[in-house]
Amino acid sequence: MADEVILLDFWPSVFGIRARIALREKGVEFEYREENLRDKSPLLLQMNPVHKKIPVLIHNGKPVCESMNVVQYIDEVWSDRNPFLPSGPYQRSQARFWVDFIDTKLLKPADNLWQTKGEEQEIAKKEYIEALKILETELGDKPYFGGDTFGFVDIAMIGYYSWFEASEKLANFSIEPECPILMAAAKRCLQRESVVKSLPDSEKILAFAFKIRKIYCV
Amino acid sequence: MTDEVILLNFWPSMFGMRTMIALQEKGVKYEYREEDLINNKSPLLLEMNPIHKKIPVLIHNGKPVCESIIQIQYIDEIWSNKNPFLPSDPYQRAQALFWADFIDKKLYVCGRKTWSTKGEEQEAATKEILEILKTLQSELGDKPYFGGDEFGFLDIALIGYYSWFPAYQKFGNFSIEPECSKLMAWGKRCMQRESVAKSLPDSEKVGGFILQLKKIYGIE
Repeated sequence: MADEVILLDFWPSVFGIRARIALREKGVEFEYREENLRDKSPLLLQMNPVHKKIPVLIHNGKPVCESMNVVQYIDEVWSDRNPFLPSGPYQRSQARFWVDFIDTKLLKPADNLWQTKGEEQEIAKKEYIEALKILETELGDKPYFGGDTFGFVDIAMIGYYSWFEASEKLANFSIEPECPILMAAAKRCLQRESVVKSLPDSEKILAFAFKIRKIYCV
Repeated sequence: MTDEVILLNFWPSMFGMRTMIALQEKGVKYEYREEDLINNKSPLLLEMNPIHKKIPVLIHNGKPVCESIIQIQYIDEIWSNKNPFLPSDPYQRAQALFWADFIDKKLYVCGRKTWSTKGEEQEAATKEILEILKTLQSELGDKPYFGGDEFGFLDIALIGYYSWFPAYQKFGNFSIEPECSKLMAWGKRCMQRESVAKSLPDSEKVGGFILQLKKIYGIE
């Protein structure tokens, strides 16, 4: 029986990107459905009644919500190729730890870069760079967070990599001098086929970023 | 080679309770070390969790695992031969992880507000917490445990908060039972398990701790 896979998503979302990449890494055919977050579809509200957020993966009619949950689910269902998580429990716990770090320590400053101005934005810049530096230390000499192969933590970071340029322009700073190794990893990841196919054009992201900044920073 | 398992914890933490319960459920012998989070975090804690400097920290043969939900999964994967916490089916697992994430996003912050705020903010928090608990109760349904017939991952994730319910109610001046009787029955059922009874503090102690925190933070 062929799988029916639908992804409810919003094109600039750093969370939605994770699901898109995960599906493409596994070579899973899926139907992409763009949500208008100001007018959410009945399907979204039905499939994620608790949070009403994207991404939502609908696999044979059953919803999976929360982006890293979706990535882990995809890894477990299509377990025969390109594993995202390492096999050892300790390495797995470390991968999960770093994803949690990304979503707790990087997310807020990243959002504040476009949501705030003046002193608040300066603080956001400092916190953002600090978090990136910690991640860079964790990456170390490895080509990917997972080691030799692209994996769970790399997938979690892609969305943030795709917003680097927009973040730099919005907040008037440069990431490369502070985190050259992470920048190199970002460039490497941004060339992967699954990523290229899943990412919107950087011009589009930039235009979107400036648009939402106008809404937040009156 | 015998395992060396150390848990750095702070007794009121509903997060630490998770890890204690998980270790007990698997019958793992471990050394419990109480951290003084208010005055003086130990050098070991700062070394083992330099990023967050928080408890619980599970140290297994010298290697640290941080974040309670990650620890439950780790314990489940290492001592996989007994009492599995997570279901084997990927979809059921995804659901369990979703609800654990829901608990951590919604319940902790709201619970805190029931005792650390007053007036309108406090009232809003008590209303919100009841909604959160009712949502969880719906998820429980008629099952004896969130995991179904067996005590599992999500039960472990939530039960620590049960020891804080009396304090939330006392300080927030509201009652959970009328709207969440099934959830309260679940709590009592879990408390009959040895792992839970041994890991949850007495609710009087939790109340005393909150009074102490209120003094320290100057909250009336």
